[in-house]
Amino acid sequence: MEDVKPRIGIYYAQNATVVTLTDEKLLEDQDIKALEDSIMPLIDSPVNLVIDFGSVKFLSSAVLGLLIRISKRIHEHKGKLKLCGIGPRIFEIFKITRLDEIFDIHDDAKKAMLSLK
Amino acid sequence: MPVLVFDDKYPMTLKATTHEKFVLKGVISELRKVCSKVLCHAKLLGYSGDDLFAVHLAMEEALVNAVKHGNKRDADKSVTIEYDVTPEKIDLVIGDQGRGFDFGHLADPRCGNNIYKTGGRGVLLIKSYMDEVEYNTAGNSVRMVKFNSKCAR
Repeated sequence: MEDVKPRIGIYYAQNATVVTLTDEKLLEDQDIKALEDSIMPLIDSPVNLVIDFGSVKFLSSAVLGLLIRISKRIHEHKGKLKLCGIGPRIFEIFKITRLDEIFDIHDDAKKAMLSLK
Repeated sequence: MPVLVFDDKYPMTLKATTHEKFVLKGVISELRKVCSKVLCHAKLLGYSGDDLFAVHLAMEEALVNAVKHGNKRDADKSVTIEYDVTPEKIDLVIGDQGRGFDFGHLADPRCGNNIYKTGGRGVLLIKSYMDEVEYNTAGNSVRMVKFNSKCAR
């Protein structure tokens, strides 16, 4: 049987769905597609989504494209998207691309959830 | 193969300089193996984590651009990677067999509605993370250099 590696962890808090990315590196097309396939069904209705990058050490611009797609879908359903746990090196990528100005970024999931109240 | 050179000024130190050139099928998983080699050489030479992160990101973006936008995912078209890794700098050239693009007229992904686009950030990241970036006239080959941040320039 093929070994299926989970891409995300999910837990449901009072006012949000929290998705924790489990991969350290997000590069490969198939990994990003798997991530997209895992997250999109969660946001097919009005939902507040928190994505926790705490484990992520490296990502490419392809992941930024996925975040834009997720953000658009969430806003279509009048939900909110929060990002958290982004380390300094990854945050620099957001700053350079100015995506730190359009995404709501928090230190950790707790602070992200508090911002939804 | 790495070339080991004894430094004349500091006879007790070993200076490792690596020059390699690969012409490979445009399959991203194969090209990433060369990226790993470059990072491995650089790590052995003591480059900082930030330098390695920068080179990794720039190579990843350049290789994906070469395969997807340059060669249009045609695995029969090749990608050329040539590099020099020295204690002072990492000098890389990545070329594809595509028609190239006009580097000077690339839309800024940070401006206006471009920021909501799902692509178009690779070249910006390459320019931001590398110290020198230049494209050939055809626009199908990029040379990029990262200086060792631990070496005073």
